[in-house]
Amino acid sequence: MLNSTHQKGFKEKALNLIILGLIFVTALVTYWLDQGYYVNLVSRVVIFAIAGVGLNLALGYGGMVSLGHAAFFGIGGYIAGISAMHFSENTSFIAGLDSTNQMLTIWLFVIIICALLALFIGLISLRTSGVYFIMITLSFAQMVYYFAISWPDYGGEDGLLISSRNQFLGNDTDNELVFFLICFTVLLLTVFLSSRIIRSRFGTALQVARMNDVRLATVGIRPYPIKLTAFVISAVITGIAGALFADLNRFVSPDMLSWQMSGEIIIFILLGGVGRLSGPILGATLFVLLETFIGGYTEHWKLFLGLVLLIVVLYANGGLMKMVVGEKQHD
Amino acid sequence: MTAALFLEQLLNGLQLGMTLFLMSAGLTLVFGVMGLINLAHGSLYMIGAFCCATITTMTGSFLLGLLAGFVGAAIAGLIIEVVVIRKLYDRDHLDQVLATFALILIISEGTSWIFGSSPLYLSIPSWLSGSIPLSFEEDSNSSYPIYRLVIIAIGLIIAYSLYLLITKTRLGMRIRAGESDREMIAALGVNIRVIYSLIFALGAALAGLAGSLVSTLYSVEVGMGEPVLILALVVIVIGGIGSVKGALVASILVGLVDTLGRVFLPNILALFIDNSQVATLSASLASVLVYILMAVILAIRPQGLFPANA
Amino acid sequence: MISSVKKLSAKTIAMTSLALIFTSATTMAQADTTKIGMITTLSGGGSSLGKDVRDGFKLALKMSDNKDIELLIEDDGRKPAKAVQIADKFIQKDKVDILTGIIFSNLAMAVIPSAVKKGVFYVSPNAGPSALAGKGCHENSFNVAWQNDNLHEAMGNYANGVDLKKTFILAPNYPAGKDALTGYKRFYKGEVAGEIYTKLGQKDYAVEISKIKASGADSVFFFLPGGMGIAFMKQYSQSGSKIPVMGPAFSFDQGILGAVGDAALGVKNSSQWNKDIDNEANKTFVAAYQKEYNKLPSLYSSQGYDAANLILSALKKSPVSDKDAFRKALKAADFASPRGDFKFGNNNFPIQDIYVREVVKEGDVLTNKIISKGLENHQDAYAKDCVMK
Repeated sequence: MLNSTHQKGFKEKALNLIILGLIFVTALVTYWLDQGYYVNLVSRVVIFAIAGVGLNLALGYGGMVSLGHAAFFGIGGYIAGISAMHFSENTSFIAGLDSTNQMLTIWLFVIIICALLALFIGLISLRTSGVYFIMITLSFAQMVYYFAISWPDYGGEDGLLISSRNQFLGNDTDNELVFFLICFTVLLLTVFLSSRIIRSRFGTALQVARMNDVRLATVGIRPYPIKLTAFVISAVITGIAGALFADLNRFVSPDMLSWQMSGEIIIFILLGGVGRLSGPILGATLFVLLETFIGGYTEHWKLFLGLVLLIVVLYANGGLMKMVVGEKQHD
Repeated sequence: MTAALFLEQLLNGLQLGMTLFLMSAGLTLVFGVMGLINLAHGSLYMIGAFCCATITTMTGSFLLGLLAGFVGAAIAGLIIEVVVIRKLYDRDHLDQVLATFALILIISEGTSWIFGSSPLYLSIPSWLSGSIPLSFEEDSNSSYPIYRLVIIAIGLIIAYSLYLLITKTRLGMRIRAGESDREMIAALGVNIRVIYSLIFALGAALAGLAGSLVSTLYSVEVGMGEPVLILALVVIVIGGIGSVKGALVASILVGLVDTLGRVFLPNILALFIDNSQVATLSASLASVLVYILMAVILAIRPQGLFPANA
Repeated sequence: MISSVKKLSAKTIAMTSLALIFTSATTMAQADTTKIGMITTLSGGGSSLGKDVRDGFKLALKMSDNKDIELLIEDDGRKPAKAVQIADKFIQKDKVDILTGIIFSNLAMAVIPSAVKKGVFYVSPNAGPSALAGKGCHENSFNVAWQNDNLHEAMGNYANGVDLKKTFILAPNYPAGKDALTGYKRFYKGEVAGEIYTKLGQKDYAVEISKIKASGADSVFFFLPGGMGIAFMKQYSQSGSKIPVMGPAFSFDQGILGAVGDAALGVKNSSQWNKDIDNEANKTFVAAYQKEYNKLPSLYSSQGYDAANLILSALKKSPVSDKDAFRKALKAADFASPRGDFKFGNNNFPIQDIYVREVVKEGDVLTNKIISKGLENHQDAYAKDCVMK
């Protein structure tokens, strides 16, 4: 038993590395072939994966099925877009704050604002559980969505154009490979961060809270703050992904805040495997492959996405990860 | 504002509420009895509208169209229940959300494959068109469309029928029993599978009816179900998930808040801010008003207004 | 198992690279073909507009003797992010020379500024947001239809002429909706009985209609594109209100009149084109369109047709590879447009007549008839902010 568990653990680690390696190599090769379009496509995969890794922390490990993570994804995007707009117009942010086009500073904003919002949403939502939790997170996201649509200063329904990408220190972010490397580094960091979190005492408590609130309470740990913290970290990671997504597209729109987006982030996780470190990466890859290649043949590609999704949920629970390396450990 | 105009806006709110009730009744029943969260409920609304539009256009009879919407959605619901939903009763909410999200994608894309992406339009049959005056003053402009009154009436009839069904019939008794103890009722030898299928089909039929009723007012198109679905979700959360009574009260509440918000917000805001901003700001605020209502209610009562089997 | 995944991905990469090498090879082989990328809305709400633009465009290509044009068409689904993605693909992978086709202003804003900066030409068959007409104008960006405000302005001017003094105005709460009401008010001199911004995509207008009836207005001006306008008109006709409505052509054009039904009869609306404009080009266009597609052309069909003819006329003078000459040839607008004469202003937006039409019944078919000119030789209000001369 012990042996096979170890083997599986090893296999999963090996797979994690292989997937990351393949993504890296694909970007390099397509860049070398001068196919910027495909490099951007790989960046798209990486960004979706970051969002998925973020949500996985709440959903996969913490059992909090949030159908409202698009709120964080979109707000991250809007912060990047608004900063870029003010910077290009040379106007200041609210409260006389100087505008910036430095990604690192922008991400700091994203972290602070997403954390505060997640704290607020979490404080109310986590008082409930199950279906109520799903609905409340959905409703909060809808609130943000409608607000963005009807707030004219930053484009409303029209969205907001980023005339030139935000900068990363002195690097040329308009270069596809440079932008990919930034995204990829963020992905590595978030994967590393979440693997550390999961293996920490906090992570253990979180996973126990998912399976059994009462058991955790009996050893003297209150599940509420644990879950809230995980929810906030998860929101922050998803927000960073949103900021990158806005810069990738040079455009932000309320679409990023829609509930379909929330659904798609969950899909990345599910296709890959819930509660698995590289699940969202595999899932995002599969999603973008479907979107690009089936979407190239028919505008109805989402029909196939739906079918794949349905089959995975009904018959292959555990996603691609389970097919490749077998059952999840610790379960 | 005259009393007649106020009455007119109240009726508008009530009519929206009744449409929402038809949607949320099925949603909340399915959750209360089977513990299933069904995001594809909006697709059943859309299926009803498409059936209604197709049959009305073919036969020229709107009544047949309504019937087709009701029956068509029930049949679609039955098929979905047997093929997919049945496998989800014992799963966790995540699986239910994802599987029914997948159903939305499949049904939406499938429909646009069959019907194309251009919307369909129906006209109100001549015997239901026109309006009746709400005021007896000579020069009053106040009147109300007959068709919308019919929607309100149908909503009330359905609400009363559901009440009778749940409290007075054997099926209703089983529904109530199943709500409180699923295993027990199975042990009593009642075929729970059939009951589940029936309830799901009933909910689907009501959604289909709602879709058919609005098909003459709005356009019939792919994606029409999702905005209504989200409002219906808000309704059942406010009402207390699983409670039909809660769904009725919350539907009317949401309908009135949404409508009266759109009516009065501009006037209220005009008291506080500069006139040029009022139109935009009140439009923004009106669109999130029901969500604010929900957040407030849940902050006070996390299980909604009428928690069923809490 | 691991190796199978690896093989799969490796294979994907290999196939992809092969496909890439293949495409770049073909690009080189057909160096003198002009590549046009059309990004338009073919699915979801607003898809009938995109289809009409596409059909008009294809008709013009078919009627032309220039066969060295390759037209790529992709559906944006009315999603800005999707449009940006397609534009990137067209520019980076397919190496198109000209982009066209976008219907909605928000998608146009997402795509056009960065596309023209990369040296691609853009010919807009529809969307003409103010930002692209004023400060954001660009030498490579042309609009063959109108600046967004034009039709609304014409309606405002018309209202003065027929002595309307108290209009209730209504539009969705998004930038194009605001432009519409601003455009109307720019020319309209009477009193505004009420001003409402509705939720974008709103289906039920009961609240607004009740307000209109109680407002004491003598007319209603509304801009509610697509399905919103149809829903509004249907509900308005049921409400018993006698106040006449008017609006830009979008809610009363050929493709949508059938759905609005008799409720539209008699409604005045503004447009730069109608099928009864008396000139050779228009007769040819209307006849050819009816023959090809077996239906009457819409405003959007005419705009797609114009966009293609503008490109074709410029290609006659210069290949697209000579950018300066090609740009000059575009600016000359040297082709016979079905709407009659028009020319480009300094900002590459049209200076043209805008007509007022009335919805009439010809036999069983609802259609439009021109009744007067709303504005003559009209240029948009933003041209003065454009630095181009």
